[in-house]
Amino acid sequence: MPIANIQVSETPLVLFTLRRADDALILGHRLSEWCGHAPTLEEDMALANMGLDLLGQARELYSYAAKVEGKANDEDKFAYLRDVRQYRNLLLVEQPNGDFARTMVRQFFYAAFADLYWRAMMQSKDATLAAIAAKSEKESAYHLRHASEWVIRLGDGTEESHRRAQTAIDDLWSFTGEMFAIDDSDRGLIDAGIAVDPAPLQPQWLKTITAVANEATLALPASNWMQQGGRSGRHSEHLGHLLSELQSLQRTFPGATW
Amino acid sequence: MYTQALNTSDADDRNVEDAARAAAFQARIGADERIEPNDWMPAAYRKTLTRQISQHAHSEIVGMLPEGNWITRAPTLRRKAALLAKVQDECGHGLYLYAAAETLGSSREELVDAMLAGKAKYSSIFNYPTLTWADIGTIGWLVDGAAIMNQIPLCRCSYGPYARAMIRVCKEESFHQRQGFEIMLTLCRGTDEQKAMAQDALNRWWWPVLMMFGPPDKASQHSDTSTKWKIKRFSNDELRQKFIDATVPQAQFLGLTIPDPEMKQDEAGHWVPGPIDWEEFKQVLAGNGPCNRDRLAARRKAHDEGAWVREAAAAYAEKRKRRQFAQAAE
Amino acid sequence: MATPNSPLWEVFIRSRNGLSHKHVGSLHAADATLALQAARDIYTRRGEGLSIWVVPSNAITASDPSEKGMMFEPAESKIYRHPTFYDVPEEVGHM
Repeated sequence: MPIANIQVSETPLVLFTLRRADDALILGHRLSEWCGHAPTLEEDMALANMGLDLLGQARELYSYAAKVEGKANDEDKFAYLRDVRQYRNLLLVEQPNGDFARTMVRQFFYAAFADLYWRAMMQSKDATLAAIAAKSEKESAYHLRHASEWVIRLGDGTEESHRRAQTAIDDLWSFTGEMFAIDDSDRGLIDAGIAVDPAPLQPQWLKTITAVANEATLALPASNWMQQGGRSGRHSEHLGHLLSELQSLQRTFPGATW
Repeated sequence: MYTQALNTSDADDRNVEDAARAAAFQARIGADERIEPNDWMPAAYRKTLTRQISQHAHSEIVGMLPEGNWITRAPTLRRKAALLAKVQDECGHGLYLYAAAETLGSSREELVDAMLAGKAKYSSIFNYPTLTWADIGTIGWLVDGAAIMNQIPLCRCSYGPYARAMIRVCKEESFHQRQGFEIMLTLCRGTDEQKAMAQDALNRWWWPVLMMFGPPDKASQHSDTSTKWKIKRFSNDELRQKFIDATVPQAQFLGLTIPDPEMKQDEAGHWVPGPIDWEEFKQVLAGNGPCNRDRLAARRKAHDEGAWVREAAAAYAEKRKRRQFAQAAE
Repeated sequence: MATPNSPLWEVFIRSRNGLSHKHVGSLHAADATLALQAARDIYTRRGEGLSIWVVPSNAITASDPSEKGMMFEPAESKIYRHPTFYDVPEEVGHM
């Protein structure tokens, strides 16, 4: 008998923390899929490092969500016993790795946001979130550096790499708007100085993206139509497959300790 | 971190180019001096080392695959982080080892191409599949345990770059075996299903792990030169026995049964195993293990699909150099 | 088709402030920026470093081991360069 999904009391702070944790876990999981398969040994090491950073962020955030919620949930219950509709991550981070260009562009879009976001979150009135932000900001800054260098090389490398990088940008662009959206649940936290309003960060994000894209001889899409839904559990088809793999042991052997 | 005694003999050792230099070289080895990359060395020493170090490197890289198979399915976030870090370490170890081999004059690319072409060997153990989570525990506990037995003496091997790489590797590996044993202990203290999973994994991995040490001494007439050159400091059987003696009490602690009904303890306290199926070993080395084709295919796929990325980086570096040159000329 | 060779780099790391950079190993990278990042990702995973140098391996000029005698043995006889060469009575104390 497969174990039932956990119930989560999504108070604004729990929901806020879970959204950040899910972003980190899902993107970290995607990066971990590269392990053993990267274009060079050096890049295999780099992808695993970024994956481990994100996995670490996810664990701290889940533990904090569990503490705030104050029920029987913990990091593993959040990760392994919520269904796709209960996951709260951005659509961007669940997109499949595709080729190396797609992975790097995805990382680039997210890290450029995360770097700004965590830096702003260091001012959070919530001491735990501020501490997690301080650690995550340094990690994100490096991810941004690393991904930017690759986007530049792929864009301005060969014809093939340029084509692949441009395709990745075109395909992933519509998932970037969601990073800057908020809902009613966030608003109270923002007013209380616990969370940061991401909307004002967008111009700076766009500036970073544009500068790197220019150097990479890549074009940013003109379209402003943005996909939404991840924050409320309306995901792409990809997340279900990711979770079925991630959760397989916990679901097959309910209640076991690993 | 896995090296295997696969060395074959080097007949060309006999036509050493310069007898006096060869004697001086052997005297340095005898005095426990380290040989460094630019030092004169017999061609056969260079060849033996290049082969052994590159096989060792290939083993690390191919060895990422069976464990990597479980990174996305690790049952807790703690286990997932540890496994990712461990498999990443193996990548690093492969990288250190390729660098050590490169000091002997072959490029990493040549060495990797030989492996991808099926012309170079890697440890036979990685041609077995990881079917359950207990396999991850067993690999850490036994495969890394066996590897450490092999690698610790290599920290003192005569070739400086190899010895230094092994020191770094052994330092980093110290958590790998503990990680594996902890997984096994958790399974053995868990549900009946988990304990059965642990026993099943031990049953499947035990004999292939014993084969990791290479053929029995009486069948491997080729390690003489490696011993003379202090590349190899213990025989296959010595290391295998050391491993078995260390492992049997650990299995007992876990409450697992070693799948060898003929194993007994001799008067000296050594655990003597039943006969090892060397035909299986030969077949796996010859390419007929359960996963040989899958492993090579996975490495070729990563290599081929990475080609355009490596080309892009090279093209960009070239462009940047030209631009800097043009700027300087202005 | 043979895989084209990529440039080799030597990595030097300062593990603590006050110490000099020490050679720790090598890596492959297409250019200096990637080499520096790779050095960080490969050689400082366990907090081993505070500063990294990467140098193209082919930029290193090395002494020839066969000239070891000429290069280094002449220094061995100059024992007067070491403090232990000089006798100072114990009563003088540490000097």
